Amino acid sequence: MEEVRLMKGNEVIAEAAIRCGCDGFFGYPITPQTEIIETLMELKPWETTGMVVLQAESELASINMVYGGAAAGKRVMTSSSSPGISLMCEGLSYLAGAELPCVIVNVSRGGPGLGTIQPAQSDYFQIVKGGGHGDYNMIVLAPFSVQEMNDFVELAFDLAFKYLNPVIILADGIIGQMMEKVTLKPIRPRLTDKEIEERYGSWAVTGKKNRKRNIVTSLQLEPHIQEEHNHKLQAKYREIEKNEVRYEAIGCEDADYIIVAYGSSARIGEKAMELAREEGLKVGLFRLITLFPFPHKELAELKKKVKGFLAVELSCGQMVEDVKLAVGSDIPVHHYGRMGGMIHSPNEVLDALKKTIVEK
Amino acid sequence: MAENIGQAEEKLVYQKPRLITDNTMHYCPGCSHGVVHKLIAEVIEEMGLEELAVGVSPVGCSVLAYDYIDIDWVEAAHGRAPAIATALKRLSPQKLVFTYQGDGDLAAIGTGETIHACNRGENIAIIFINNAIYGMTGGQMAPTTLVGMKTSTTPEGRIPALHGFPVKIADMLAHLNGVCYITRQSVHKPAAVRQAKKAIRKAFENSMNNKGTSFVEIVATCNSGWKLSPVAANQWMEEHMHEAYPLGDIKNE
Amino acid sequence: MKEEIIIAGFGGQGVLSMGKILAYSAVMQGKEVTWMPSYGPEMRGGTANVTVIISDERISSPIVHEYDTVIVLNQQSLDKFEHSVKKGGVLIYDPNGISHKPTRKDIRVYSIEATSESAKKGNTRVFNMVVLGGYLKVKPIVSLDSVDKGLRKSLPERLHHTIPANREAIRQGMELVKEEHV
Repeated sequence: MEEVRLMKGNEVIAEAAIRCGCDGFFGYPITPQTEIIETLMELKPWETTGMVVLQAESELASINMVYGGAAAGKRVMTSSSSPGISLMCEGLSYLAGAELPCVIVNVSRGGPGLGTIQPAQSDYFQIVKGGGHGDYNMIVLAPFSVQEMNDFVELAFDLAFKYLNPVIILADGIIGQMMEKVTLKPIRPRLTDKEIEERYGSWAVTGKKNRKRNIVTSLQLEPHIQEEHNHKLQAKYREIEKNEVRYEAIGCEDADYIIVAYGSSARIGEKAMELAREEGLKVGLFRLITLFPFPHKELAELKKKVKGFLAVELSCGQMVEDVKLAVGSDIPVHHYGRMGGMIHSPNEVLDALKKTIVEK
Repeated sequence: MAENIGQAEEKLVYQKPRLITDNTMHYCPGCSHGVVHKLIAEVIEEMGLEELAVGVSPVGCSVLAYDYIDIDWVEAAHGRAPAIATALKRLSPQKLVFTYQGDGDLAAIGTGETIHACNRGENIAIIFINNAIYGMTGGQMAPTTLVGMKTSTTPEGRIPALHGFPVKIADMLAHLNGVCYITRQSVHKPAAVRQAKKAIRKAFENSMNNKGTSFVEIVATCNSGWKLSPVAANQWMEEHMHEAYPLGDIKNE
Repeated sequence: MKEEIIIAGFGGQGVLSMGKILAYSAVMQGKEVTWMPSYGPEMRGGTANVTVIISDERISSPIVHEYDTVIVLNQQSLDKFEHSVKKGGVLIYDPNGISHKPTRKDIRVYSIEATSESAKKGNTRVFNMVVLGGYLKVKPIVSLDSVDKGLRKSLPERLHHTIPANREAIRQGMELVKEEHV
């Protein structure tokens, strides 16, 4: 049954996981995302849907539990925050190499190092460009509301199984800790073992029954076969780029200036846009929903009609590099962002837009 | 027409287990891995668990274990096999889930995963090959390398003041309540091979009966890494390894 | 209609739950809401605050730097947030422990003796509901009926027996709040 509630972003991840038929969650506490596993332990889904929830001994163990569960064709996930995700990067590379579907939630915080527990968006490079070793990509979804925290869990699983690839939900401390109104979906039952055998029996380790054995591995010692495997992965990533770009353009039709942002910065950017419009400045917001695939074409198209772009992120400027790649060097592209857990206000964003682009 | 020279009809006295594949093994002649692989294949076959078995192979010489035993396999990142096995078994409790790990994988880089899987009493079997050396990377010191033993990273021999002491991980794990069975075996003689097979069978039975974690250490040879002939390696193992790592059950509940 | 509020005080004063009950009441009345807390170790004994935005429209930023209403429950929070009240906005404070009173003349200032009154009645656990009552008297943005529903939704079932006491505290707060002329 659909249900409207006031919930935290973190809490809703737990609810959404249970409701979309997740088989297992493996996690380790770290601020600001610990409510995810706490909520799951409170809800005890093993008594209702049969979902397994386990507190692992480390993020290394969590991500490898995810590797094990995904290898069996199960819908499994984990969550962490920046330092924990750094520990998981080895596993992320293996998951991508072995083409295993799974969902990872990163409620990111400020770094580097132990950094701060306050919100930041300084993990863009790590999540979008790699983190782990090797040529690989993960599909990256950036929710900007509690409702999207809910909706993206199911979407992430669907994409993960469609492309046999890890999908990461990149949120931050604001989206994780914030409460908003959210409409929960009805419960979708978990797949039975028989359904998993039928759907994923060509690769999953469901037991060697009426078929040849399945081996889940990212190892291939013959370089020419490993190169072939890499070509196959790259072809898949191009396919994802073709099919799965998601974004929201707000007030871009008549805009002279565009704020490009994702997640919490998109919320703040939207307010900055409202303030600008009150002053008569024609500002639009281009909100990224997928960070990989990145909406290169759409931004390049927008460039033809506007005078400049301001990339707003809670970092020293990471996503801005992709904006520059998309629109080229013959139009002003600037960055604005606070760091280390400080949060820019809508007014600061508007001031930055005026100073760097409008008044130049 | 070929002439019948009056040979008696062939009588089959031995054949490789059905679940051992026809792939050419990459293990060195004299290495214990081949024998242990055979025992695992035999036990799975005898217990009728072929359709329910999932093995988790490590990083190390046995990284390619999945090439040789004809069941479903997951290849793990270095040291993480027990975490992978944890999820496999929890999500499919009816399956036989076992890890196959060397000393570097299990007792160095994967110590945390080993201890915590055992402490939670995961219903898995852990087969631990202890040959006191890193075989795959060419003979470096392992956590279980004996005091005084020469390796490529301890060219003067292992010196405790510099390199610490050999880790007796099986004895350490015996203190954990989640572990139901810990034994130390070897496969250097037919009698020992028969004992080792019984131990593997018991570990697999425990996994199927959800009795907790079972841990079977096999004290093994690495004649290439030890730079000895296969026969000399077996003798050296009996004289030195079995003294440091005595054979027999450590815990059996 | 759009109301941007910050509630700030010591950890343990029920700042976050007061914000949650207000936000849930607004949800029950069909409004859009965001509730954004300060979080981390500061919650344990240090200062805590929560921003609540209630609106008829989609809410953009959950972070704002000026508020329609600021509710402060200790001196630190008063010092920190008095300047963040929008011109013509509302500041509500509990005089308990306050040595430097608010000084701004371009806003409306209200005081509410919630600490001392709830201590007198031996009911300090619903202290935050007294403050909520005071706020709702000044700004009746949600109906008491919606607050009832909000309480029911935000309190776990094992605490539903406390709802009448909460309601009584809100009523008490409505009587206690008084405008001050700076």
